[in-house]
Amino acid sequence: MKKGPTTDLNSNGEKEDHISKSQQLLNKYNVKIGDNVKLLSNKGEYTGIIMPRYESFNDNYIVIKLNSGYNVGILTENIINITSEKLSDTSDNTSLNLISKTDDPHNNFLLTKEIAHNSDKPVFPSSLPKILLLSTGGTIASKVDYRTGGVTSILNASELYSIFPEISKYASIYPEFIFNEYSENIHTAHWSLISERISYAVLHEQFDGIIVSHGTDTIHYTSSAISFALQNMPIPVVLVGSQRSSDRPSSDAFTNLLGAIKFITKTNYAGIFVCMHHTSSDEIIACYVGTRVRKNHTSKRNAFQSLDYVPFALIYDSDIVCNTNLERINTRNNIAKNLVSKTSFDDRVFLLKFYPGFDPSFLEYFSNFKYKVIILEGTGLGHINKNCFPYLEKLIDSGIIIFMTSQCIYGRVQMTVYDTGRDLLDLGVIPLSDMSSETALVKAMWALSNSSNMKELVEIMKINLSNEISNTSPLIS
Amino acid sequence: MKFDFDDLKVKVGFEIHQQLDAKSKLFCNCKCVEANGSYDNNFIRILRPTKSELGNFDRAAIFEHTKMSTIKYYSKVGLSCLVEADEEPPHDINRDALETVLLFSLALNSNIADEIHVMRKLVIDGSNTSGFQRTMLVSTGGYLKVDGFKKIGVQSICLEEDAAKLLPHSKLYKEYGLDRLGIPLVEIALEPISGKPNEIVNVALTLGRLLRSSKRVSRGLGTIRQDVNISVNGGQVVEVKGVQQLSQLVKVLDYETKRQYGMIKISEEFEKRNIDDDFIGDKIQDITFLFKDSSSTILKKILKDANSILLSIRLRGLNGLIGYEPISDIRLGKELGEFVRFFGLGGIFHSDELPNYGITVKDVDNVKELLGLSDSDAFLIIGGNEKKVNIVLEPLIRRICEFRHGVIAETRAATMDGSTIFSRPRPGSSRMYPETDILPISIESVLLDNLKQKIPLPWNDLIRQIMEKYGLNNKLSEHIFDSQYYDVFEKIVSTSKNVTPTFVASKLTEDIVSLSRNNLDKSLLTDDMLIEVFDKLEKGFIAKESVTLIFEKIMKKESKTVKEAMSSLNLIEINDDELHKILDKILNDNTLVIKEKGANSIGALMGKSMITLRGKVDGSKINEYLKKKIEYFIDDELSN
Repeated sequence: MKKGPTTDLNSNGEKEDHISKSQQLLNKYNVKIGDNVKLLSNKGEYTGIIMPRYESFNDNYIVIKLNSGYNVGILTENIINITSEKLSDTSDNTSLNLISKTDDPHNNFLLTKEIAHNSDKPVFPSSLPKILLLSTGGTIASKVDYRTGGVTSILNASELYSIFPEISKYASIYPEFIFNEYSENIHTAHWSLISERISYAVLHEQFDGIIVSHGTDTIHYTSSAISFALQNMPIPVVLVGSQRSSDRPSSDAFTNLLGAIKFITKTNYAGIFVCMHHTSSDEIIACYVGTRVRKNHTSKRNAFQSLDYVPFALIYDSDIVCNTNLERINTRNNIAKNLVSKTSFDDRVFLLKFYPGFDPSFLEYFSNFKYKVIILEGTGLGHINKNCFPYLEKLIDSGIIIFMTSQCIYGRVQMTVYDTGRDLLDLGVIPLSDMSSETALVKAMWALSNSSNMKELVEIMKINLSNEISNTSPLIS
Repeated sequence: MKFDFDDLKVKVGFEIHQQLDAKSKLFCNCKCVEANGSYDNNFIRILRPTKSELGNFDRAAIFEHTKMSTIKYYSKVGLSCLVEADEEPPHDINRDALETVLLFSLALNSNIADEIHVMRKLVIDGSNTSGFQRTMLVSTGGYLKVDGFKKIGVQSICLEEDAAKLLPHSKLYKEYGLDRLGIPLVEIALEPISGKPNEIVNVALTLGRLLRSSKRVSRGLGTIRQDVNISVNGGQVVEVKGVQQLSQLVKVLDYETKRQYGMIKISEEFEKRNIDDDFIGDKIQDITFLFKDSSSTILKKILKDANSILLSIRLRGLNGLIGYEPISDIRLGKELGEFVRFFGLGGIFHSDELPNYGITVKDVDNVKELLGLSDSDAFLIIGGNEKKVNIVLEPLIRRICEFRHGVIAETRAATMDGSTIFSRPRPGSSRMYPETDILPISIESVLLDNLKQKIPLPWNDLIRQIMEKYGLNNKLSEHIFDSQYYDVFEKIVSTSKNVTPTFVASKLTEDIVSLSRNNLDKSLLTDDMLIEVFDKLEKGFIAKESVTLIFEKIMKKESKTVKEAMSSLNLIEINDDELHKILDKILNDNTLVIKEKGANSIGALMGKSMITLRGKVDGSKINEYLKKKIEYFIDDELSN
């Protein structure tokens, strides 16, 4: 798992032998991060608190937070003197007394004495639905990280709860920390971990629903993974994320989370879902089927879109409208023992995006790689350059299974329409209808680990297990 | 009691916010142009308070959140993008804008930071979609030279983004336009000074002129906003925001000083009566039932809605204190009324002003009985939507307690007539944390050396430059430069040979000013129109006298374009032949006058000609022709 954040400035050379210039300067004047100081430079005088320096920044500066709240960087070579200052009584809330003296001043500095209004867990009336909130990190719960200067996931689930006390109106939330990763760092082992935890919760704990907070970058991979790992899910499992970090007043974290809670407590559906904004407004949250959703924008709140053009449900302020025409979504039931839990994944599956100019000879390398399955992201109806054919044939003959999806994102792969498609079918490439390439990748990783032979794997891939293939493609304006 | 301004030690900290004349916004490539009401998209957001760097909820943010407003934002393609909608991280900073502010720092001898850090300043009234404003400290210290003051200290110079524009809103939401959000602003804060209002105004004027002399700032109403921090006798500092014009500033200084004096007097009264916090609001009664059948129009209006209630609040020992007016127009009751209005209630009723508003003596007695009041006690009544009333209650009581200590440090807004009204509590310094989407900006000495060549000229030198370049006198140079028409003046003069700069400048200043004094709208006269008018003059299509007439037509809304104005004034082009024909006719019709008066007949003939030709032809041309013709005529007569 990830190491805790370190600071170069106070780590006593833990990371490297070289002590940074700025650290040397602080040592010289016998001051450290968090101290209230008066700093004299050849430009003038600055009074304030010494701030931590971000690891990736130019090391030639000391950063001071002035009494006005502004940060300012001063070149070390311009510094003439630094003296420690006693706290004045009239200082507003530059709460230095909150910093206790421990080994990790960095974390203490950030997380000291959270003056949350309801830090004690309230007692819930037992009539409220119980929801397990699993936190995996990502921007649904984040704070400023002084190590990189960016926003990272540091808050755990219970801190999240203290920020959103209104949730207790709808349900009893049981926050739990699983791990703390940016979602681009999440891989098969994490999927297994999450699935195992959910499986245990379903079989042994009586929750009405489960929410997983997750970074948005790969939330659709994880939702697909859980959809295959846990079948016949008797309750709703909803993954939520946020596009705007929760340290901002404008964060979509809360409304997404609230949308998930409403979906769980006010509808009767079971399965794996993703909840994110439907539009740029905070008024409507969309609920997507976990295997039919994709992140289609880098930054917008409504980055996610359903592969069927419409989400499964739209959650309004006091209303939920469900689209029951498209998929067969299961309803909630009490038969937990029907849950089929197969939580292992085999990562020897490769996702290859074809493009004009692709050198077919690259495919030769697969003979020496560990990969057992290749998911092709072809063009259009499922095509690649015919010069690749001989190489593909070789690979298939050697026992590697090759599936076809489309980089068009929307629409079905249909390889009988053109020669190219038919030739690929003859070679043994297997089409995956309108399964997204990302979901196909995840399914293949799951199938590879949970099948006894390749023939079985292919059968599993072709069967629609969790709505990853749609029945019809409706005409929607 | 006589109120003497000089007896109070008044300190004024002046702060100016000026929009920069930039090609694009501070953190994206959108144009810096206001939408003028035409938007093509909108969306809704709810902002929540958040924890700042040091782990505390921000006071002002909690205050705003308890008001619970949902916000609707309007956008227009080209004037705002995903960045303003908080749907995309900010782009790299606009370097030109940064350079402009560095120039101001150099001009004010301010210490420029070695490394500039962009911060997020929490603002959750909705004026920033992300819930914070991006702002950065560029320099600290320095001075401004002002006549009569020698050197005024500069506290800080910041570069920041302007906020979204509040639109007239519906009952449901606060509404903002995103066109103004992100336009670069320079904020310059001066050290507090003591001085008379007109001296402070002079400081403001000097600073404004320095900025304008750079030619890198925008002009026009709304591009410059001034805040003043006022404290009396070393007490709490009140921030008054949004002074748009200097004439307003004098009134604001007077009013706020008076108000703070009043607050001090009121707190002294609290002390005299030994009022403690637990005297205030120790009993609250729902009195809706008492007024169900009241004939008071105000109360009927409040109780119209089924969800409305009336609450009475006991204030022990405060009889007479709420209506107490230590100085004219300053009362606790008035302050409390302003306060509740910000929560969406109409106002308060208090025992010092009752019976009134249809609330009878009996009503008052009933309330007194219910609350168990003695003669020294007072009460308040607040009414409105139940949810709102319940939200207001605690902050209101807390606020009355705060008045025990005198002036409350808070943010107030300047009104058009020069008074100040409560806006929100003064935020603590915890409302800022680093804008981590943007890397710190190091300021290399090489950059500063290059910029030192471009420091704007001091005001006096700049005026002298204008006088020399255009041949204007001192006063006119100052006027045209101070006006919003300086840029268009330079444009017009650069392409004019026949029209003198003095003429152009005086038309743009004196004439437009005197026309607008008569309630005519000078904003209807666009720069393009002005250029067109002077172009016509340059080419001889109209006469000098027509210029002001055309201005008037447009400002009166009688004509929408210059062409329309010209045709409605019958300013058709008259060529020389036509002119001579007209004048010849006049001469022929008036031969008797010429015979009688000789050369002096020019006066009468001019008069007659101008009736038909005023504004269409240059008066001097008419004069010239008539004079010549008269001479010939006289010669003719003599020789006959």
